[in-house]
Amino acid sequence: MSEILVDVKNLSKEYKRGGETLIVLDDLNLEIPKQDFLALMGPSGSGKSTLLNLIGGLDTPSSGSVSINGERIDQMNSKQLSNWRAGNVGFIFQFYNLLPVLTAQKNIELPLLLTNLSSSERKKHVETALSIVGLSDRSGHKPSELSGGQQQRVAIARALVSDPDILVCDEPTGDLDRNTATDILNLLKSLNEDHGKTILMVTHDPAAADSAKRSLHLDKGKLTT
Amino acid sequence: MKYWIIILAALKRKKWRTGLTISSLVIAFLLFGLLRSVAVIFTEDVDLSGDDRLVVASKYSIIDSMPISYLQRIKGIEGVEIVAHQDWFGGTYIDRANFFPKWPVPPKEFLDIYEEFKISDQHKEAFISTRTGMIAGQKIIDRFGWKIGDRIPIIGDIYFLNDGTNLWEFDLVGTFIDSENPGNEDQVFLNYKYFDEAREEMRRGVVGNFIVKLSDKNDGPRVAKEIDAMFANSMDETKTSTEKAYQQMFASQIGDIGFIMNAILAAVFFTILLVTGNTMSQSIRERTSELAVFKTIGFSDMTVMNLVLIESLVLCIIGALLGLGITALMMPALSEMVSVSLGEISLDVSVILSGLGIAIITAFISGFPPALGAMRLKVVDALKKD
Ligand SMILES: Nc1ncnc2c1ncn2[C@@H]1O[C@H](COP(=O)(O)OP(=O)(O)O)[C@@H](O)[C@H]1O
Ligand SMILES: [Mg+2]
Repeated sequence: MSEILVDVKNLSKEYKRGGETLIVLDDLNLEIPKQDFLALMGPSGSGKSTLLNLIGGLDTPSSGSVSINGERIDQMNSKQLSNWRAGNVGFIFQFYNLLPVLTAQKNIELPLLLTNLSSSERKKHVETALSIVGLSDRSGHKPSELSGGQQQRVAIARALVSDPDILVCDEPTGDLDRNTATDILNLLKSLNEDHGKTILMVTHDPAAADSAKRSLHLDKGKLTT
Repeated sequence: MKYWIIILAALKRKKWRTGLTISSLVIAFLLFGLLRSVAVIFTEDVDLSGDDRLVVASKYSIIDSMPISYLQRIKGIEGVEIVAHQDWFGGTYIDRANFFPKWPVPPKEFLDIYEEFKISDQHKEAFISTRTGMIAGQKIIDRFGWKIGDRIPIIGDIYFLNDGTNLWEFDLVGTFIDSENPGNEDQVFLNYKYFDEAREEMRRGVVGNFIVKLSDKNDGPRVAKEIDAMFANSMDETKTSTEKAYQQMFASQIGDIGFIMNAILAAVFFTILLVTGNTMSQSIRERTSELAVFKTIGFSDMTVMNLVLIESLVLCIIGALLGLGITALMMPALSEMVSVSLGEISLDVSVILSGLGIAIITAFISGFPPALGAMRLKVVDALKKD
């Protein structure tokens, strides 16, 4: 339980705009142990998404290091990062970004196209992911035939299907009503507790943060408890 | 290929737009197939023979004629071995779609000059001795199922019989082949003597061209000069050139048609490039967040770029295949339509191959800018708004 999965050291991220430098993350340190469920809160524009993207390998820091499972992803080039993301991290966003013409099943299968799995093996993985998110009976539906909560479940299944250690979620319930949001949070909780996923979740909703094991606040480039 | 589903999903996203783009591609490739097939005719069978033959034509226009009496005077020039002549008969066999050239010629002299037309002695003899005789190339015989002894009706349009009617009848007395240029088998030759005697009195005694066979082809320039000098100040001045040069003159006029066709095609494909390019850019712009998702879940920049290029390629190849396919289906009907003026046409393999080549080039040119944009797309920027 105390083994460190995410190790962020002296991480800074700044943007240069015209002559000004905007420091979004300032010499930040963060350790996330395996099977943690960490909620990240903070005012809008505080850099939550930026931190999440750096940990998920979608972005590279200005300085400092990000190690996941001992791998320095801050030193990888874009191609290496793509590869790394495919096998090690699942993303869940506020908007589900499913391909509208594909069924739930095909949407979930997309990450597996990058693997060497045969089509029957891919199908098995997809079925497992569908059953974890409770949508086995909706596998043939297109996104337009699903509710917002169901679409987010499909997106979660897509994030899960390649069996990554860590899930990064950027306001996963931001677009959902209270009840549906609770369902999704319960799903995330079960992924954390029953399936051993380490979860890093950005939210501005204190109720959502309560589902997590712990929460941190990001403000003015610094993390506080 | 397992990525196929992604390409298909992209094309199916806006079915109407994909359909319209493919339709314009189909029309462009249909035009391409038709025009190129017609253009092929203009470039084939241009040089038929050696340059020991001269063609004497009227100086000012190829449709003007010259008196038959020139024949004896040309024959008298040193170095001239045989003189024949030919006229463009025009005319229709049953239906205008049955077009083939029909030439009144002096049988013996003509066949002596055109040794490449293989004809049996028996048939040649019959042609010479039958006043209303006709010989036809093997292709014509096969096309209409004619048999020796058949009486072939031709409706005259340029030439009428002296009584004012226009139903000509000729007796098929022989056939010839030209194995080197089977295209030459697509014509018939008529006995000039009968043609001249039967046509309207007013128009008798003239011919379209003289064909001069030289004993030595090195004499060409001198003989040509002497012929033209001989008739220099007459009513019907002449212009003598080698058969090759004469055909080249036709070819160069036809070359202009080829140029015009190519210009039309270039315009068509420029438009197609814009249409396809626009479709691709628009489609990629709309799918920015989808592309970002692909990158998020681990597709590399290169893979995403290739997916966009393949999407463009699929679009263009489908358009080309459908367009060329429809061309192939239309070809028999088109061939019949243009055969009156051009002879038969068909969809050449070279046309299909160059069509596919153009499809690939179009795909890459129009797909490259959006593909590059997709490659450079940064996930963090793309997912920011929404
Ligand atoms: N590509 C960028 N260029 C310039 N500034 C950026 C860029 N991305 C983010 N920012 C800025 O960084 C800050 C943090 O953004 P973000 O991490 O999205 O905040 P949060 O998710 O906490 O709302 C914001 O002020 C934002 O304007
Ligand atoms: Mg954010």
